[in-house]
Amino acid sequence: MTLTELRPDLVTDRGIAGRSPWQLAWRRIRTDRVALVSGVVVILLGALALAAPLIAAWNGHDPDVQFRDTGITAEGLPVAPSGEFWFGTDRLGRDLFVRVLYGARVSLLVGVVATGLAGLVGVVVGLLAGYYGGAVDTILSRLMDVVLSFPYLIFAIAVVSIAGPSLSATIGVIAFYSWAAIARVVRGQTLSQKEREYVEAARSMGAGDLRIMFVDILPNLLAPVIVLTTLLIPVAIVFESTLSYLGLGITPPTPSWGNLLSEAQGFYRVAWWYLGFPAAALLITTLAFNLLGDGIRDAIDPRTERLFSRRGKAARRRRAPKED
Amino acid sequence: MLRAFLLRRTLLGLLVLWLVTLGTFLLFFVAPGDPARTLAGRQATPEQVELVRHNLGLDRPVLLQYLDYLGRLVRGDLGTSYFSGEPVGKLLAQDFPPTFSLVLGGAVLWLALGIGTGVLSATRARSLLDRALTVLALAGVSMPTFVVGLLLLYFLFFQLTMAGAPILPPDSYVPFSDGPGEWARHLILPWITLAFVQAASYTRLTRGSLLDILGEDYIRTARAKGVPERRVIYRHGLRAALTPVVTQLGVDVGTLIGGVVVTESVFGLGGIGQAVVQAFVSGDLPVIMGVVILATTAVVVANLLVDVAYGLLDPRIRLA
Amino acid sequence: MLLEVDGLVKHFPITTGAIVKRAVGQVRAVDGVTLALAAGQTLGLVGETGCGKSTLARCVAGLYPVTAGTVRFDGQDITNLPRRRMRPHRRDIQVIFQDPYGSLNPRRRVGSIIADPLVIHRVMSGEELRRTVQELMERVGLNPEHYNRFPAEFSGGQRQRIGVARALALKPRLIICDEPVSALDVSIQAQILNLLKDLQDDFGLTYLFIAHDLSVVRHISDRIAVMYLGKIVELAEADELYEAPRHPYTAALLSATAVADPDEAERRQRVILTGDVPSPIDPPPGCRFHPRCPKAQQVCAEREPELERKQHLVACHFPVAAGEDLTAGRPA
Repeated sequence: MTLTELRPDLVTDRGIAGRSPWQLAWRRIRTDRVALVSGVVVILLGALALAAPLIAAWNGHDPDVQFRDTGITAEGLPVAPSGEFWFGTDRLGRDLFVRVLYGARVSLLVGVVATGLAGLVGVVVGLLAGYYGGAVDTILSRLMDVVLSFPYLIFAIAVVSIAGPSLSATIGVIAFYSWAAIARVVRGQTLSQKEREYVEAARSMGAGDLRIMFVDILPNLLAPVIVLTTLLIPVAIVFESTLSYLGLGITPPTPSWGNLLSEAQGFYRVAWWYLGFPAAALLITTLAFNLLGDGIRDAIDPRTERLFSRRGKAARRRRAPKED
Repeated sequence: MLRAFLLRRTLLGLLVLWLVTLGTFLLFFVAPGDPARTLAGRQATPEQVELVRHNLGLDRPVLLQYLDYLGRLVRGDLGTSYFSGEPVGKLLAQDFPPTFSLVLGGAVLWLALGIGTGVLSATRARSLLDRALTVLALAGVSMPTFVVGLLLLYFLFFQLTMAGAPILPPDSYVPFSDGPGEWARHLILPWITLAFVQAASYTRLTRGSLLDILGEDYIRTARAKGVPERRVIYRHGLRAALTPVVTQLGVDVGTLIGGVVVTESVFGLGGIGQAVVQAFVSGDLPVIMGVVILATTAVVVANLLVDVAYGLLDPRIRLA
Repeated sequence: MLLEVDGLVKHFPITTGAIVKRAVGQVRAVDGVTLALAAGQTLGLVGETGCGKSTLARCVAGLYPVTAGTVRFDGQDITNLPRRRMRPHRRDIQVIFQDPYGSLNPRRRVGSIIADPLVIHRVMSGEELRRTVQELMERVGLNPEHYNRFPAEFSGGQRQRIGVARALALKPRLIICDEPVSALDVSIQAQILNLLKDLQDDFGLTYLFIAHDLSVVRHISDRIAVMYLGKIVELAEADELYEAPRHPYTAALLSATAVADPDEAERRQRVILTGDVPSPIDPPPGCRFHPRCPKAQQVCAEREPELERKQHLVACHFPVAAGEDLTAGRPA
């Protein structure tokens, strides 16, 4: 008698389910505490940034309103953090907390949009260069080299001289630099995928070049591209804050963490909060994205050894049993 | 084979250099703002502005101006600043020492720090020290240079001074010839600023690369043969692990120009970075071009050196 | 004749030079091959690694541009056709590849992979497409419920079945099988070979079957061609090739195949060839096999033998006679 005959109540219909590569990656990242926390932080930041106007309305303090009476001391200096002003005020008596929140909007917007744009352009160019090779590849690769060799700050200054400092100029400049970085990686991956037999198979069936590039090769690139773009977002955010700091990005009165810090430079001796909170915001945001990107990379490609995983610790304990 | 490889890379570098200068030149002419007018002053009459424009040669067709510039460049003449009338070469030479001091000291510091802590981290993988260093490195990679600079300014200058120990100055540059002690003292904070962010990425890179190498079979063989651990790490492991670090170095020289501009700005060092920001604001084309050429040449040369190092280290690259 | 190949030549240039590349030599992968294949037949193509059989297959399939010679399919010249003109022919000529791990896109589901030819040629879509794919899966011995799985979830043999299903989708007339069982375990090889035979009967397929193992090829082929260093050295009906090989190379290959009966294995003498296969960049003068041939004479080094009918097609000055013992010979 088999088990199924003895205990028919135990037999279920489930059978064996296959797991796609994405499902596997998701399961791995679920056990990575650091990546999860970073992911939560990123989502939280996004929520806060989106909700900034609501918070300002609830708080009663708009980012541009100068509170001359309550926000500035008798000597004309910013006020320290208090019940009314959670992060204190800036040099014009504006609520720093609200300004930092609005700064988050700028940073995340620039970070995500610029990287997203760069990603789109980079993937297409990388695919074309890697797949077609020959003259197309030579020209596009030289283009990538030129873009990457260009002292980016000089270029930023140049663009700003033409178009004036603005949100779109900043996004444009950052996207312009990032696409080349993405395109280079995509090109490399495409070159290696191009030689695989499944590409030959597709060609033997009469598939056109576009179909092979986007239906066959692209799914094999998604994993490294996702990791790369996640890690490029903090680069974009740092880029934007640097430009704003130098006065070439977002200019006051619109708050950006960069220009807040630029203002703070003259006041750090008397107003530590002016420097501290925007700096902390920048640090937390970029750190979260970096850790998240690392976590995604490990989930997709678990070869690299990881420091903080609980799963790793348990596995190591299992592998090396203690002597009793 | 190596010669052909180098030849190709050099030609490529020159091509890139040319394209970059061309791009900058064209960019300048698309920009609004009129250096002639700015130079002539607000009170100037149209005729006076025209006169200034003519003197600067700005009324000629763009192509002609560009060819003229190229011609002089080949002879080593970088032109004259629109605003100070001084030769660009001289201006750059004046602004060069602060930038060079900053980059040199910073580079020594970050390479030593980055590779050193990377090795430390890798050899004591997963220990408390390793984890602490990794977190620190991650923080460093996440921070913009100017934030690091500002924070250092706050803690190491302001707080120290308040606490009665004013050892570090907030700004300005003292030439080496005026006293190495003072020169170094004024550069310590900028060096740390520059080095911290750069070192962070080198730590991660060295650590990852070295860990990969140390897992290889030939390292196991060396250890089994009884080679002392120190030699295993430095002679066998590090040598191979350094190739990605070298590549990164080449890439970083490009982004370094940005980092330098910012650091000079935070600490008021008056180097090339600040010069170029000034030049763009005032529309001083020859100075802009001079700086762009200098910066791009640095990048191209750095990349070429990286390629050579790579070609020497890894014979496969030469044959590509 | 469904497929006619006439004097096919495929050379790959070897380039050198830093800035401008120039050709300093040629890899003569295929150096003049002529063969014909009738509808419903199977032609086996055998040879060692590097003899050019895979290259030949890809030239016939239109995956490589041909250096010289012609390929005619169903009377039409399809040599080096531009992509658009070749497209309709691709419905009739399909390929089954060797590597069950590389020939399927790891990031796509198998249902989508099998449906590919149908989608590319816009034959059908939607519900009809799914049903057809599942029918195909069933026909090749796979569970149709699994069409949403990824290739990694299947075994090597199963993946090869997926490849077969994909090749069948458009109901082609000619299928080029490029060593389809070489990467599989022996027990699985038999299953796939039988599958291919059944499908040939059911669908009226024509096969160009490439392999390096003579015993594999015998089971499935009507005629067999033996290739050496870019040229065909012998072409005969399957049984005749096995019972009475005429080219010394074929005889050597045959003597190396496994024999089931242990007594006969003991009795059998191995013909051992000396030396390695020469490089296709610089083939030996005269008969390409002469440096390794136990029967070689002076004329073999001077004049290249033509493929001529001496009982069956063979390219040799001194074809092996029935019952001749080659083990006593020595290379010239």
